[in-house]
Amino acid sequence: MAGLLARPLVAAGPLGHTPPIMQHAPSSPSASPAAITLAGLTKRYASGGTLALDDVSLSVQPGEIFGIVGRSGAGKSTLIRCVNLLERPDAGQVRVLGHDMLALDDAGLRAARRGIGMVFQHFNLHSRRTVAENIAFPLEIAGLPAAERRARVAEILPLVGLEARAKAYPAQLSGGQKQRVGIARALASRPRLLLCDEATSALDPETTEEILALIRDLRARLDLTVLLITHEMAVVKAICDRVAVMEAGRVIEQGRVFDVFTQPSQPTTRRFVSEVIGHGVPEGTIARLPEPGPGETRYLAHVLFAGPNSTRAVISQASREFGVDFNIVSGRIDEISGEPFGVMALAAYGEPAKVTAALLWMQQLGLAVTPIEEDAA
Amino acid sequence: MSWLTPTMQELLLEAFWETLIMVGASTVISVAIGLPLALLLYVTAPGGLSPNGWINRPVGLLVNALRSTPFIILMVAIIPFTRLVAGTSIGTTAAIVPLALAATAFLARLFENALREVEPGVIEAARAMGATRLQIVTKVLVPEALPGLIAATTVAVVSLMSFSAMAGAIGGGGLGDLGIRFGYQRFMPEVMATVVILLILLVQGLQSFGDWLVRRLSHR
Ligand SMILES: Nc1ncnc2c1ncn2[C@@H]1O[C@H](COP(=O)(O)OP(=O)(O)OP(=O)(O)O)[C@@H](O)[C@H]1O
Ligand SMILES: [Mg+2]
Repeated sequence: MAGLLARPLVAAGPLGHTPPIMQHAPSSPSASPAAITLAGLTKRYASGGTLALDDVSLSVQPGEIFGIVGRSGAGKSTLIRCVNLLERPDAGQVRVLGHDMLALDDAGLRAARRGIGMVFQHFNLHSRRTVAENIAFPLEIAGLPAAERRARVAEILPLVGLEARAKAYPAQLSGGQKQRVGIARALASRPRLLLCDEATSALDPETTEEILALIRDLRARLDLTVLLITHEMAVVKAICDRVAVMEAGRVIEQGRVFDVFTQPSQPTTRRFVSEVIGHGVPEGTIARLPEPGPGETRYLAHVLFAGPNSTRAVISQASREFGVDFNIVSGRIDEISGEPFGVMALAAYGEPAKVTAALLWMQQLGLAVTPIEEDAA
Repeated sequence: MSWLTPTMQELLLEAFWETLIMVGASTVISVAIGLPLALLLYVTAPGGLSPNGWINRPVGLLVNALRSTPFIILMVAIIPFTRLVAGTSIGTTAAIVPLALAATAFLARLFENALREVEPGVIEAARAMGATRLQIVTKVLVPEALPGLIAATTVAVVSLMSFSAMAGAIGGGGLGDLGIRFGYQRFMPEVMATVVILLILLVQGLQSFGDWLVRRLSHR
């Protein structure tokens, strides 16, 4: 049975074929220069000798929310820290908002950093400064006079809903409120780019929602570009436009969130995606499926319903026209960035040639058909 | 209270005053030198803001050497230096030199520890905002470490009180010296008891004040 399940549907062609790095089509080929361009970034930590970044290239367009997901140790933090050079890559290029970061001298780098806000997992607030004083800190660093600092703080407090807590100290705030201060501080000097390293990982699900909504709202209001790191696919699904998946220091897949979620090409991505959209099929379900009859084959596949033909009665039509029986193993309908889609796990029964023909026909309609491998099931 | 003659009262008052001078002056000096030393150690440490082994190692070695020399030996060993700085090698002023030196080394380490307690994330956030190293030290490191620095100073002051009792060996005077000379050598247990009680009260007062200040300054 393992051999049957792992058997590719067609030898050549897109089905069952897994390229080493899947590059989904860009959403809208933008003419404006990228907010961030990273090219060939490589970084090996001296202590431990881990290759934290292995030839990473990606670009973030102005105004988008770009997510980076990956498991612990994948190199996400190292990557985001290379954007403002908190960490220096061993090789590669870093262009941020028009600056060639690696070519800047100390003063130039500090000036460039002032145009990049950063939000941290553990907030990193000054315990002995009030909320208002924390938010004013980057302005103080930049040498703004006290009156201007006060004016700017008064302007930004309402944006994050903390007018009432201006005089509180961080220890008196909840985690969500602390992160609001962190965000306000990051935005105080009017940066055009916001870097978030696990900004919601220390928060409960409800507060996470709140903070994500705030980031989404601020992006629109302040015309921000956001690069955010997370290990939760739910975060990517909630606010990202595009996503890159990292594993062992490499970007293994990137593209529009909708494409990556609906057609993940890498096993790692598939596992991540199944966390939130239920690509997975329960173990026992497959074991309990009926065996194919004599002369018949059984083929398990995920079918993704997205695009113009997603509302057609595809399954009954295929069943009728190709003489194939379908057993629906699991299914659900969801929405990403406002685009609806359905994912269904099917078991097709029939003569091998007919099953192949039926599934190919579905694929020709623009539905993505992916064989269910044993490990992914 | 027959032992508490006007002369004895005067002696006690004078000794009290000498202790305050010795401890006060050496505290001020050791904080003034110990803090920059601690910052130097912290900043030049491996992985610090400006790692530099050529500064860090010798300074660390000097601090350790001073800390491991018993105070009574240090006091005698640096007499030529004391004479150079204080113009004399005996008396209260002369005692301040070895006291300040010992406390400086002691405080440099305690201060360094307090600086290490500052959350690295806060420093990283400041770096990400484009702060200079000087700004990081003056606006993040020292303010965030302030409660710890004060707690360390309190510990040092209390230790100085007890070190200052040994200053009698070079004629430094002070309460401890009075206790030894009258309480022990002339067998006046009342004087000894009075001195000990005064020292206990002084230490208690200082410790409470230090603790109160730390509580007031930290917002954790
Ligand atoms: N300062 C450092 N010195 C040595 N090795 C490091 C350092 N920082 C990270 N590493 C190593 O580099 C690799 C990538 O680490 P990184 O922190 O970028 O991962 P991450 O994806 O952010 O993980 P997490 O989700 O746990 O935050 C890991 O193997 C880690 O052990
Ligand atoms: Mg990380």
